[in-house]
Amino acid sequence: MIPLNWYLVLGAALFLLGMLGFFLKRNVISLLLSVEIMLNAVNLTFVAFSSHNGQISGQIFVFFVLVVAAAEAAVGLALVIAMFRNRETLNVDRSNLLKW
Amino acid sequence: MIEYLTSRDFLILFAKMIVIFGGVMGALAYATLLERRLMAFVQMRPGPNRVGPFGLLQPIADGLKFLFKEQTVPGNANVFLYYAAPILSMIPALLSFSVIPFGPDLKIADINVSLLLIFAITSLGVYGIVLGGWASNSKYPLMGAMRSSAQMLSYELSLTLSVVGVLMIANTLSLTNLVQSQQGTWFGFIPRWNVFLQPVGFIVYFLSGIAETNRLPFDLAESEQELVAGWHTEYSGMKFAMFFLAEYANMVTVSALAAIMFLGGWNGPMFGPWWLQMALPTIWFVSKIVVFLFIYMLVRATIPRIRYDQLMHFGWKVLLPLALANILVTSFIVAIL
Amino acid sequence: MIELLFLLFAAVAVGSAINVLVQKHVLYSSLSLIVLLTAISALFILLQAEFLAVINVIVYAGAIMVLFVFVIMLLNLPADEDGADRLRWLKLIGIPMGLFLLLMVARTVWRVEGTAAAPDLAGTPQAIGASLFTDYLLPFELTSLLILIALMGAVVFAKKEL
Repeated sequence: MIPLNWYLVLGAALFLLGMLGFFLKRNVISLLLSVEIMLNAVNLTFVAFSSHNGQISGQIFVFFVLVVAAAEAAVGLALVIAMFRNRETLNVDRSNLLKW
Repeated sequence: MIEYLTSRDFLILFAKMIVIFGGVMGALAYATLLERRLMAFVQMRPGPNRVGPFGLLQPIADGLKFLFKEQTVPGNANVFLYYAAPILSMIPALLSFSVIPFGPDLKIADINVSLLLIFAITSLGVYGIVLGGWASNSKYPLMGAMRSSAQMLSYELSLTLSVVGVLMIANTLSLTNLVQSQQGTWFGFIPRWNVFLQPVGFIVYFLSGIAETNRLPFDLAESEQELVAGWHTEYSGMKFAMFFLAEYANMVTVSALAAIMFLGGWNGPMFGPWWLQMALPTIWFVSKIVVFLFIYMLVRATIPRIRYDQLMHFGWKVLLPLALANILVTSFIVAIL
Repeated sequence: MIELLFLLFAAVAVGSAINVLVQKHVLYSSLSLIVLLTAISALFILLQAEFLAVINVIVYAGAIMVLFVFVIMLLNLPADEDGADRLRWLKLIGIPMGLFLLLMVARTVWRVEGTAAAPDLAGTPQAIGASLFTDYLLPFELTSLLILIALMGAVVFAKKEL
């Protein structure tokens, strides 16, 4: 059995990589992909805890995270399509009309 | 680990892998010959019969031809994805055979979620088509790839939902247990196949399977009359052969799953001496797969292609509600009985 | 032996996550994300959550990522331009700070242990189903409502004219 802390460190590393991508990328689809990386890291942590503590509710929660990720990806991509149709670029720095 | 690799269990497993993999690859090669002969007989012409007796050496001649063709890459194409797409199409198609039980002992792996694993692997097969169409940098493959990805996604839903009725009856996700739950007979002569308990599920599953493997009447992605050759227009030589074999492997996987879930798998009347009885389950299973392959090829030879909007309408508004209604009715009956 | 498998899949996961961030063309990033998802599914299988591993591949890698790839192809996005990178200094400072944050988190997390006598939990469909449809029925129904709302929202947003 692999110790729990190995999985937690791996989950933390993946979450951090997703966070770095979210802060440092400008393409909207790259931002969505970074969010997916973060959600996967969280899934891994949930399942690791569920398996090491013997409770099934960690895996149940992963189901809900998966469902929410699917819904968010679908709506996010629809927004990306709408954004691309209106301004021909997917750079978030260009969507700054609300800045004063 | 070295002592495992030289142990008797691993050597038996390795022998099974070679038998199953070799058998499957040989079957795929000869399925191409079967298709050409069958379609030719439907169209009242002889088909390939020159190369060997009854054309039996034709697949070997085809393989040699594919090997010796020139490897071209279209200009401005995405070279990495262009080379990766046939591999991405071939790997999921062949990986499904690792969990299909060809007999009571002839299986490579026995996991308790093997049915879902096959669905997961076939859902990864979309990427080979989509990336192959994108990487070719040409309009016909791109259109074929877009149509195909939408079609495969839509019909995956009715594919997975149509087997839920069978799973409720058999109470297991493992393919070996599904086969074992169909042993025996009613009244002594009607076998306990799930096709008698779930006829709607069977029809929905098979139609979704035909759509998943991009075969006529659902082969919008590859329609020869409209899109030259669809997503594999720019592929030639061994890469095209890999796409070709992947399509036949998907067909065999769908047929094998239909045989396992609805037609009893390797169950069948046992007779004969002991050495025949050892091979008989595999013979029954393979003959059931061949029955489905015949149906596939006869459907290809006779039924016209349906239009894209008709295809989407059929998948979402006919097959999906049918599969859901099947689940509803089956769950009522299973709960009451 | 199992540690070797864990290290292999962890290396693949971290490598593909880094590749998602490093690639210029967003299609290659999506393909690296698919590799990440399969590596995470393999790690789920190591944790005896085989049902969840397969569901991860079917839903995430097989449907959501196809949606991503489809949208990227539909919009025909070019690779990011190589011009002056306005976030150059942010990246130069941010990445080492991020690694420092990881070091701090890992130091804290390293002390966590599972409960001493953990029962052997199998992530079989029976176990998940028994819990999902009895204790967690309300969140289950709510998430199905959420998906319905997301479906309607996505259709409305992607229309050419509202």
